[in-house]
Amino acid sequence: MSGIVVNPAVSCTPAQEITADLSGQMLELDEDDDLEVFSKDTTLTDGSLFNASMPTSPASMINQFEEDADDKDIFVTVDNPESHVTAIETFITYRVLTKTTRSEFDSCEYEVRRRYQDFFWLKGKLEEAHPTIIVHPLPEKFVMKGMVERFNEDFIETRRRALHKFLNRIADHPILSCSDDFKIFLSAQAWELTSHKKQGPGFLSRMGDTVRAVAATVRGVRNRPEEFTAMQEYVDTFSQKITSLDKVTQRILKEQKEYLEELKECGPAYTLWSGSEEELAEPLKGVASCIERCCRETEGQVDQLSDSLVPGLHEYVLCTETLKAVLKRRDNIQAEFEAKNDTLANKKTDRDADSKDLGFVLGSFLGKNPEEAKRQRQQRLDLEIEELKEEIDKLENKMECANNALKVDWARWQKNMRGDIKAAFLSTAERNVDYYEKCLAVWESFLLSQRSDLSAESSREQPLDPQETTKDASPQAT
Amino acid sequence: MAGTASEEITTVDSGDTDLTAAELESNETNTMVEEGTNPLRKMEISVAEADKRMGKNSVNIQETYTVYLIETRPIDAVAEGQNPAPDALWRRYSEFELLRNYLLVTYPFVVVPPLPEKRAEFVWHKLSADNMDPDFVERRRVGLENFLLRVASHSILSNDKVFYHFLKEENGWKEVVFETGFQAKADSRLKGLNAAFRVKTPDKRFTELKLYSDELQSVSSQLLRVRARVADRLYGVYKVHGNYGRVFSEWSAIEREMGDGLQSAGHHMDAYASSIDDILEEEEHYADQLKEYLFYAEALRAVCRKHELLQYELETATLDLAFKKQQREELATGTVRTFSFKGMTTKLFGQETQEQREVKLQVLEEQIVEGEELVKDKTVECEEFVKNAWVDMERFKEQKDRDLKEALINYAIMQISVCKKGIQVWANAKECFSKM
Repeated sequence: MSGIVVNPAVSCTPAQEITADLSGQMLELDEDDDLEVFSKDTTLTDGSLFNASMPTSPASMINQFEEDADDKDIFVTVDNPESHVTAIETFITYRVLTKTTRSEFDSCEYEVRRRYQDFFWLKGKLEEAHPTIIVHPLPEKFVMKGMVERFNEDFIETRRRALHKFLNRIADHPILSCSDDFKIFLSAQAWELTSHKKQGPGFLSRMGDTVRAVAATVRGVRNRPEEFTAMQEYVDTFSQKITSLDKVTQRILKEQKEYLEELKECGPAYTLWSGSEEELAEPLKGVASCIERCCRETEGQVDQLSDSLVPGLHEYVLCTETLKAVLKRRDNIQAEFEAKNDTLANKKTDRDADSKDLGFVLGSFLGKNPEEAKRQRQQRLDLEIEELKEEIDKLENKMECANNALKVDWARWQKNMRGDIKAAFLSTAERNVDYYEKCLAVWESFLLSQRSDLSAESSREQPLDPQETTKDASPQAT
Repeated sequence: MAGTASEEITTVDSGDTDLTAAELESNETNTMVEEGTNPLRKMEISVAEADKRMGKNSVNIQETYTVYLIETRPIDAVAEGQNPAPDALWRRYSEFELLRNYLLVTYPFVVVPPLPEKRAEFVWHKLSADNMDPDFVERRRVGLENFLLRVASHSILSNDKVFYHFLKEENGWKEVVFETGFQAKADSRLKGLNAAFRVKTPDKRFTELKLYSDELQSVSSQLLRVRARVADRLYGVYKVHGNYGRVFSEWSAIEREMGDGLQSAGHHMDAYASSIDDILEEEEHYADQLKEYLFYAEALRAVCRKHELLQYELETATLDLAFKKQQREELATGTVRTFSFKGMTTKLFGQETQEQREVKLQVLEEQIVEGEELVKDKTVECEEFVKNAWVDMERFKEQKDRDLKEALINYAIMQISVCKKGIQVWANAKECFSKM
C-alpha cells in the first residue's frame, strides 16, 4: 500500500518557482480555482487556542464558526475505494485528498490512501487529546445485521460517505483540525504513518491512565454542575428518540422495497390483459406503462431513503455513544479533581492531628527525639501538601478547560445536529414531493390521451370536463 | 361409426330444453303490462339498505343472515316532481341466486349479469373475509343493486315476468319461479354442460369466444391478485409514517429551536398515515368493477358451452337420421352395405320373412319422420340461438369495452388524487422541516 504525496516541488501552479517559504506563494494563488484566497487568521490555526484564562463564552465561539464557513482553508475528500489483497488479508483503502493553505502543512495538496483502521486510530488520538470535545462518529466497525458483506458496493459507498463526513467535520473544527495527528493522517506516507502510530505515550503510561479512569468511574462525581446534568438528561432522551427514528426509517425503507416488488408485477398484468383485447388494448397498455414509470420513480425514492435519510439518522445514533462517552470523561475529570481534594483534606487533617499522642508515641518508640520527629513529620506533610496543591491546581485547570471545551463544543454540536437532521428530512420531503409530482404528470397525460379518444368518438356517456382536472392540478398549499 | 351414435344419444337429454322464439314472445305478453311497453324500463330500482335477520335454514338450524331492501319507484313520477313512497321488499342473497339461475336457464343465449361474490376473495389483510363484516355487506349491497340495474336495462331480460315479480312481490315469488319448471330444465342443462362431448364442426366464432372467456378470467384474476398485494404493501408504507408523528412529538419536547418544526411536521406525518384508509377504500370499488368482469367471463363461457351443446345435439340428431335412412335403404333393397350385428345374425340364422321386414320398414319410416322433425327443430333452434347469442355478444362486448375503459379512467383519476394528496402533505412537511 503506497500513499501518493504530491511532490511539493511541483506545487499547485506549476508555472511558479517554488521557494523554501511557501506561505508567500499562497496568497498569489487566486488564479487556482480550487483554493479560496483569504487573509490568514492566526488565531484559528493556533493549536494552543484553548487555555483556561481565555474568556470562552459559547456564543462568541459560534460567531467565529460562522465566519469560518466562508474562510475555509482546508478541503478534504474521501473517494476512490480500492480493494487490496495480501497474503494475510483483504481490505479496502480509500483515497484521501487534501487541499489546504495552512502553514503547518508543507504542501498545499496531498493524496494518500487510508484504510478504516487508520481512521479509527485518528479518532482515538483526537479523543485522547480532547476528551470533552465531541468527535463526529465513524461508520460502524463491524456490520452484523443482514447479509451485508464488507465488500458489497453499497456498503462501501455508504462507508466512504461516512468517512468523508468524519474527516470534514474534523477539518471544520477549530480545535480538532489543528491536531498534529490529523495533519499526519492527511499527509504522511504509509510507512510514516505506521511509525508515527507506534509513538505516543508508552503502554505503561496508557495503563496508568486507564487505571485512573476506572478508579474515577468507580468513585463517581459528587457535585456535578447543573448544566452538565441537564446535558445528560438531554442525551438520554435524544438517544431514545433518534434510535426510534432510525428504526422507523429502516422500516419504511423495507416496506417501500416490498411495495416496489409487488408493483413491478402490476404493469405486466395489465399488458398481459391487453393481449386478449381489441378496443381495450390501448388503454390497458397505457395503464401498464404508467405503472411502470411510477415504479421507476419509486426506485428513486428507495434510493434516496437508503443513501441519504437512513445513514443520516444512523450517524446520529452513533453520535449518542460519543456524547455519553464525552460526558463520562468530563465526569471522570471532575471525579479525579474531587478525589485529589479529598486526599488533600486528609493530609491536612493528618498534619493538624500530628499534635496528638500517636505520632509522639511512635516517634519516641523509634528512638527519635519526639520534638525532632514531630518537626520532620510536619515538614514532610507540608511538602506533600504543597505537591498536592500543585497537582490540584493542574487538575482544576484541566477540569475547567474540559468543562469549557465541552460547553462550547456542545453548542457547536447542537447546531451541526440541527443542520444535519433538517437537511436529511428536507431532502426526503423534497424527494417525496418530486415523486408525487412525477407520478401525477404520468397519470394526467394518460388521462388526457383517453379523453381525447373519447371526444373523437361519439360518446355514449358524458365524459368529465377536461378543464376540471387541470383546474385541480395546482396543489392547494396551506 | 353408425352403430355407436344411438348409444350416445341417451346420455344427453335431447328434449326441448330451451324456450323457442315463439315461447319468448308469449313470455313478453305474460308480463303484467297495461300498455305493452316494458314497465321495468320506466322504473327506478335501488338496493337501499341491508339488515340482519334470524331464521331457520334448510337443516333447521338457527342462523343469522343478511337481507337487502329493494326499492322501486316509477321514473315518470320522480321526473314530474312528485315523491311517491317507493315500493319496497326485503330479499336475501340466496333469492338473488335463485333469480339468476332462473334467468340462466330461461335465456341461455344471454350473457347474464353476474352476482357480487358470495365470499370475499382477493382480500388484502385489512379487509375481513367475514361475510358479516359491514364493509363487505356494503360492497355487496352495491353489487346487488348493480346486478338488478343490469338486468333491468337488458332488452330481453328486463321483460321477464319472474324478474318483475322479484322486484314487486315479496311473498309468493318463489312459487312463481318454481311454477316455470325451470329447475327441471336446469338439472338437465347441468347434466348436459358437465358431460364430456366433442362437437365435430365447431363454430369458429364460438370457439374463439370461449377462448377469450378463459383468457379474460385468467388475466382479470391475476390482476386482482396483484392489486390486492400492492394494496397491502402500500398500506404498510403509509402507516409506518405515523410513527414519525409520535416520535417527532416526543423529541420536540427537548428541542428549543427545532421543537416547533418537528411537532408540526409530525402532524403532517399523521395525516399522511391516515390518508391511506380512504385511498384503499376507493380502490376497492375499482377492484369490484374488475371482479364483475371476472364473473362475466364465466357467464360468457356458459353461453358458449350451451351453444356447443345445441350444436352437438343437432349433429347427433343429424347423424341419427342419416343412419336410419341408410337402414331403410338396406331393408328396402335387401343389400347390406354396412356391417351390423343384425346383418350378421341374419346371414347366420337365416333371412327374415317379408312380413317382418315390412314391419321394420314401417317403424323406420316413422322414426325417420320424427328424426327429420327433430333435425329441423334443432337446426332452427341452433340458428335462433346463434342469432340471438351473437346479438347479445355484441351488446356485451360494447358494454364491456365501455365499462372497463371507464374503470381504467377512474383508476387514473384515483391515482391523480392520491398524488395530489401526497404532494400536499409532503410540501407541508417540507415547510415545517425548513423552519426547524
